Amino acid sequence: MEWPILTWIVFLPLLGCLVILLLDKTWHNAIRWTALIATSVDFILTIILFCKFDGSNTDMQFVVGPFPWIESLGVTFSLGVDGIAILLVILTPFLTAIAIASTWTSITEKVKGFMISMLLLQTGMLGVFVATDLFLFYIFWEVMLIPMYFMIGIWGGGRKIYAAVKFVLFTMFGSLLMLLAIIKLYVMTSPDPLLRTTDLMTILNMKITPDLQVWLFLAFALAFAIKVPLFPFHTWLPDAHVEAPTAGSVILAGVLLKMGTYGFLRFCLPLFPDATLQFVPLISILSLIGITYGALISMVQKDVKSLVAYSSVAHLGFVMLGMFALTTQGVTGSILQMINHGIATGALFFLVGVIYERRHTRLISDFGGIAHVMPLYATIFMIVTLASIGLPGTNGFVGEFLILLGTFKANPVYAVIGTAGIVLAAVYMLWMVQRVFFGKCDKEENRKMADMNCREAFIALPIVIMIFWIGIYPKTFIDKIEPSVKKVIETVKSKALAGDEAAFEVYNSSFENAREKGKSE
Amino acid sequence: MGFNWTIIAPEIAVLVTGFVILVSGLFLKKGRNSILTAVSFIGILVALGLTFKSFSLTDVSFQGIVIGDRIAFFFKIIFCLGTLLTIFAASTYVGRELKGLSEFYILVFFATFGMMVMASSTDLITIFLGLEVMSIPLYVLAGIYRKRLRSREASMKYFFLGAFASGFFLYGIALIFGAYGSTNLIEISSRFSFAGGASTFLALAGIALILIGLGFKVAIAPFHMWAPDVYEGAPAPATAFMSAGPKAAGFAALFRIFTVFAPVLNDKFTSILWILCVLTMTWGNVLAISQKNIKRMLAYSSIAHAGYVMIALVVGGKTGFSAAMFYLLVYTIINIGAFAVIILFAGREEKFENISDYAGFGFRYPFAGIALTIFMLALAGIPATAGFVGKYKIFIAALNSGYIWLAVIGVINSLISVWYYIYVVVTMYMKPAEAEHPPAMAFSPTLLVAVLIALILTLQLGIFPESYLKFSDLAGEHVNLITVFQSIFNSM
Repeated sequence: MEWPILTWIVFLPLLGCLVILLLDKTWHNAIRWTALIATSVDFILTIILFCKFDGSNTDMQFVVGPFPWIESLGVTFSLGVDGIAILLVILTPFLTAIAIASTWTSITEKVKGFMISMLLLQTGMLGVFVATDLFLFYIFWEVMLIPMYFMIGIWGGGRKIYAAVKFVLFTMFGSLLMLLAIIKLYVMTSPDPLLRTTDLMTILNMKITPDLQVWLFLAFALAFAIKVPLFPFHTWLPDAHVEAPTAGSVILAGVLLKMGTYGFLRFCLPLFPDATLQFVPLISILSLIGITYGALISMVQKDVKSLVAYSSVAHLGFVMLGMFALTTQGVTGSILQMINHGIATGALFFLVGVIYERRHTRLISDFGGIAHVMPLYATIFMIVTLASIGLPGTNGFVGEFLILLGTFKANPVYAVIGTAGIVLAAVYMLWMVQRVFFGKCDKEENRKMADMNCREAFIALPIVIMIFWIGIYPKTFIDKIEPSVKKVIETVKSKALAGDEAAFEVYNSSFENAREKGKSE
Repeated sequence: MGFNWTIIAPEIAVLVTGFVILVSGLFLKKGRNSILTAVSFIGILVALGLTFKSFSLTDVSFQGIVIGDRIAFFFKIIFCLGTLLTIFAASTYVGRELKGLSEFYILVFFATFGMMVMASSTDLITIFLGLEVMSIPLYVLAGIYRKRLRSREASMKYFFLGAFASGFFLYGIALIFGAYGSTNLIEISSRFSFAGGASTFLALAGIALILIGLGFKVAIAPFHMWAPDVYEGAPAPATAFMSAGPKAAGFAALFRIFTVFAPVLNDKFTSILWILCVLTMTWGNVLAISQKNIKRMLAYSSIAHAGYVMIALVVGGKTGFSAAMFYLLVYTIINIGAFAVIILFAGREEKFENISDYAGFGFRYPFAGIALTIFMLALAGIPATAGFVGKYKIFIAALNSGYIWLAVIGVINSLISVWYYIYVVVTMYMKPAEAEHPPAMAFSPTLLVAVLIALILTLQLGIFPESYLKFSDLAGEHVNLITVFQSIFNSM
């Protein structure tokens, strides 16, 4: 049997957790290093995965299982990765490693609990991206909430309890309805309870009537839309992002939000193609509102961190817009933009954390002219900002360009409105940079701030490399994802077109009969 | 038709243990608490062993009033487990607060005997006897902390309302006897196959009264009024005990009776059940939100959980039965586990019983804090815990039979419940500790064992529940076993 690399990638952080549990809680450095090493090794494993990944193959690769897990509920343990997930799988340990490294001096209390939460979170996130069984997916999806909740609630600042509870309740609300939809799909796989399964591959081959698709689509979409977050479900995001500790914000913005967009692409589109086509206008319009609204709200923020938080609403709006264009460029750009946003916004939160540690404030008005005292910091901040607003040569440009290109093909009006959003993004980001970094350094406290130290610079280095790599030579990544994207779009279109009503009727009536039988038993 | 004693072997073991403690309690003086705990432990292990031995049994005996099927088997496992966990969780408390009162153990065992009788009898009169044998010890248990006014108050309340509910139950039996000329479920089920001439109205009225009587015991709205006061007033170990086993026993009897009477239960009756189910879930969850006392909060939560089990009751049949049994098993484990930690946190004379007292406890008592967190998450139904699998199975049953709205309401209720369960965790970990340092918790090895067993089972049933699910499915297959034995009455 082949070495199950995916299982290792998912559960290696859990192993790190067990090691940390054995360490004394006062050995802060040992705990930090264990966590960092576990994540880094995990990252190296994902790079190996990436190199061995065959981009032209559109099926699931490195498949683990399906092993029977809970037989009486038809649950299997099955993992697999394809072009849609591969980049997200690499992004997760990449950002987690950065997040852990950023806590060296900012998290000094209850280090053990923090690192355990961090690693549990990592297992949960990786599991979400590689699970190919709906039950397994749901377990990872929900389990991941708990460590994030603790992270915001214990190590957060300000209104941390409010933010943590709001975060949990919002996400739970969506996911519980998704759970019902999963159960419905499971019940539909077979009239015989013993033959039912939650395996994704089986469910993908199932025919679902368009009426039912609409309901199931809505149940899934609500869970994902809250996570993304799509306007108007975004209200938890600013609270959670602002109150979370730096490392938590990096993970929240960098990876957690992508679980929503990933969910749309993995489940909603291929499972419910008819409903997808039906909901394209609604979701596109909500994305456009999100893009504009996020940008406008960002513009008036006084706090750098909440500015970055609101900018996520706008960026994720682009991702959703590209995805629901249902063109190859649009969806490819959308996946690439997930990664770009993860890197850029993750980096911005990290950079905000750097000055917060020095000054214990994040208000724009408390800064000004700090480029004079922190030149290295200012340079890196500038690069990340430019990536975030999509300057050519940086990663943001490639993603946004592809998204707009794809959207233009599908619906030029959407593309035009979306482009306006890019202009707005430039306004709020550059305006903030100007007020924080340039002008006179007239505050006494700011003059004494030290520039980035070696550790911080070392954290920023891979981020800068990735920004330019994706910006200048995106082919490395696009080659791996494009075939899978084409397949998804093909599935959606062909399945929706082949809506053979007669076949549905026959299938459904036989199912109804069987169910009646089961009831009368 | 002889007397098959192996069917009631677990009952006998439990009863004998009760008497052994009763007698030995008179003679033992010093250090008797640990001896009593040990005797109880051995007794319950024997009962558990005898229950496992009876797994393959399918027999009716004692003139058709006791049945040995897998349903009885499964419920007896639940009761034994509940009693076992209660004894371990209570031991130190009994020694410290109740001065090693042997009556505590005696009453627990007699009540367990009553529950077992309820789950395995096929005659309404025997079910009633089981109900009373279970209830009377519970009334006393609620008031066993004599020094406390609230404990005595709880006992009185429970007794008066309980006696009232028993009256309903008896009246229901009388009406059913009027309709069918028998109180035996097997005999009644044989009537449905041919006659059909019995008065449906009389039968329905009887079942409705039985529903009220048993609904009181399992605390379904609107017959739940006693639960919050009694849970709050009774000493914590007694609350732990009465929140789990008796609920399962009540549901065991309800399920048995409802399956037999399924042919007369028309759509109207199902819709009444539907409404009660929604009312129970919502009432329990909404009122739990505003509670400050943790025992009171768990009382409302127990009402809500009765509501989830009622979803399975509405669904009925094999799937409903097995989902309910699995859920009751899971609930017993989690709930007693949670109460074990509450007993620990309560300290001397149960000083700390408000949720706000728990501020900072999460870091002060790391193990107990994590344990209570997991129990709370399990009660809320978060995945990777037993509570999730239990709810999952119930929702499958609901969607399988087309009760989509019931499932949706159930899910929304789960969300509401997350709010108050999470609040306990918030207080433990995120609120600053009180300035006044509470006295160090008395370390208790038996309590630790109870928490550990509950914790391991909670996680095991959450992550690898396969064998337990299979058991509950196997037990569910016996849902209509009663009809097989109709012949014994025809030949009589």
